[in-house]
Amino acid sequence: MSSEHSQGHDEHHQLSWWRTYVFATDHKMIGLQYGITALFFLLFGFCLMMLMRWQLAYPGQPLPVIGKWLGSANMPDGVMLPEFYNQLGAMHGTIMVFMGIVPLAVGAFGNYIVPLQIGAADMAFPRINMVSYWAFFVGGVVMLTSFFIPGGAASSGWTSYTPLADIATTGQTFWIIGMVCLITSSLLGAVNFITTIIQLRTKGMTFMRLPFFVWAQFVTAFLLLLAFPPLEAAAILQLMDRIAHTSFFLPSGLVVSGQPLEISGGGSVLLWQHLFWFLAHPEVYVLILPAMGVIAEILANNTRRPLSGYKSLVYSVLFIGFMSFIVWAHHMYLTGMGTTISAFFQATTMIISIPSVIILTVFFLSLWGGSIRFTIPMLFALAFLPMFGIGGLTGLPLGLNITDIPLHDTYYVIAHFHYIVAPGTIFALFAGIYFWFPKITGRRMNDVLGHIHFWPSLICMNLIFMPMFIQGLAGVSRRLYDGGAEYAHAQGTLHLNVLISWSAWILAIFQLPFIFNLIWSLFKGPKSNDNPWESTTLEWATPTPPPHGNFVKIPEVFRGPYEYSLPGAKTDFAPQCQQIVT
Amino acid sequence: MSEFIPYIVEEREETGLYNAKMGIWLFLASEVMLFGGLFSSYVMMRVGALHWPHGSSILNVPLATLNTLVLIVSSVTMVLAWASLRLNDFKKFRLNLGLTILCAFIFLIVKYFEYTAKFHHHLFPKTSTFLAIYFTMTGLHAIHVIGGIIVNAYNFGPGSKMWKTQPHRFINRIEVSGLYWHFVDLVWIFLFPVLYLL
Repeated sequence: MSSEHSQGHDEHHQLSWWRTYVFATDHKMIGLQYGITALFFLLFGFCLMMLMRWQLAYPGQPLPVIGKWLGSANMPDGVMLPEFYNQLGAMHGTIMVFMGIVPLAVGAFGNYIVPLQIGAADMAFPRINMVSYWAFFVGGVVMLTSFFIPGGAASSGWTSYTPLADIATTGQTFWIIGMVCLITSSLLGAVNFITTIIQLRTKGMTFMRLPFFVWAQFVTAFLLLLAFPPLEAAAILQLMDRIAHTSFFLPSGLVVSGQPLEISGGGSVLLWQHLFWFLAHPEVYVLILPAMGVIAEILANNTRRPLSGYKSLVYSVLFIGFMSFIVWAHHMYLTGMGTTISAFFQATTMIISIPSVIILTVFFLSLWGGSIRFTIPMLFALAFLPMFGIGGLTGLPLGLNITDIPLHDTYYVIAHFHYIVAPGTIFALFAGIYFWFPKITGRRMNDVLGHIHFWPSLICMNLIFMPMFIQGLAGVSRRLYDGGAEYAHAQGTLHLNVLISWSAWILAIFQLPFIFNLIWSLFKGPKSNDNPWESTTLEWATPTPPPHGNFVKIPEVFRGPYEYSLPGAKTDFAPQCQQIVT
Repeated sequence: MSEFIPYIVEEREETGLYNAKMGIWLFLASEVMLFGGLFSSYVMMRVGALHWPHGSSILNVPLATLNTLVLIVSSVTMVLAWASLRLNDFKKFRLNLGLTILCAFIFLIVKYFEYTAKFHHHLFPKTSTFLAIYFTMTGLHAIHVIGGIIVNAYNFGPGSKMWKTQPHRFINRIEVSGLYWHFVDLVWIFLFPVLYLL
């Protein structure tokens, strides 16, 4: 907080290149930095998975061409070693969740859109915002570096269960340090978001006039603020176990590779799981709530009618936020923590499904009687609804103690949560990119390429994850290096691995039109006006692209967020800043 | 940048808060969850342990009592520093903030002697679960004390120039760092009985 001397002077003079693009404090530039970095990590995490899919479809066969590049320590003669498979699995989860989706959904969309939608000139703490991005960046670099150290990256799963993670190779220490950076980044971001939304709403922007996207980000920020610190505590304890040789998570009498461990013992393995899932269940809602926010904006805009039940959405999202802190142990039914505790968490889990169903129902009802425009963002938003529906409903058997026991840790679980985050959240984020691209760049994206991106992606996503339900119901465990080839009960579903893998690789090919579209439209796309979608919310009331300070004059708000097709009005949309004439 | 942002100095009417005050309360809420996670871990470790030593049989209670007093005094001087600024007495502010920083250093020095005495008797974090949680929690707390020293030292030294240019904003800054400092004290008020006395 030292550059106060420049305050008041820097209004008109040009900021240096470094201050504009690298150590930026403008929320829009930070949002773009987050977005580009997160898209890179999403692609990278996807590549890790594509490597794993080769081993699952063709276990023990050498991977042509690429296999040789990955070094003899990982893939001698192109054949994947089990240790490398474990690294890929752990890092795929970590990268996708903490370095891909959260930074894209919260860091990028939240940073760029929230101040615009509430009519603010910037975030409340621009410099803290910058530190937040760079903490994320450093965390990402630490995680990537861990692939190149002896023993490779973390390999104990994205959950880093102890005692395995306590005795794992150095990559696990890198994982912890990287996580501490990512947690710091999220905390700073969360403080900033909540303060911004409460303090910087423009005149007339009451809480019940906030676009649903802002509500979703608001609740998400609270989850990040309050759920991440216990994981930080857990990470500190695991770091102590690894570096100072304490026994927080190591029980007495542990034998590793035939050798008794020289430890004081007395630790609790379950403690790690409790602390981890205390974060990681709210984290699930961190992954989905911003996506729901994006979907709400796009549905209202493309159905040309108000959402049916804005207040239900708001109360549901608040209720989800609260309940998400008391459902964590439904990930732990198999640990033997006791039936009483299981019963409690089973009840809370059933309760939390109610607001999620309300939200989805409101979205479906909002389609009723609308004059739907099938734009590219709308296609992704429409696909989100059934995909999220499948993901959500298949979660119910996992929330119930008795049905979870046979399904736990099988491919069924993978299919369930990937339906929520892949064709769910990631589709919503694609929708958001297509939707806000004209505002951010001043140019429109190509529709034909959008269709080439959307339809194959939708088909491939289902061909990847639907067969996994079948494998999971057959009892195939999710962490098998050979995809179940050595297990009798898996034999009937092994052929599906080939289908899944090819679908994953084809899915990758059909992301190329998106990447091309993104870059090509940036330079060559047709010019867009300030409000190409004829939308009501405040971000469309700025010049395009929004300048430093966002608005020509900070607008005043007179209406709710989704006043479409008002009876007797000249246009079918009434922007929030349009005065009500009586 | 900051020229666009309202409520840096004055308060927003509906909330009665300026931005930084809201920010620090949120940050402290996350800190409560951080230490809350560790205190919960302490409870779980202790409930699950076959035997758990009485804190006073291993740790030095008189030194910790001294440290408790030192921190309480530092909290008082922190408030006095803020109050002096409100009364427009910059000299008294410097004195009180200086005393706060001094107390923080005394706390760390006492802590250093406590730690080295343990190491001298071959008591390390790996020796027992009790010592593990003792070193982890007091260590994390000490890091927070160091953080407080850095913030206060900045406001004592180069940061205090702001008093000339934006006095109201500087008072806010002292209030915010004061809130943080009280929290650090409060954590110790919980740590002391839990680790040393129970």
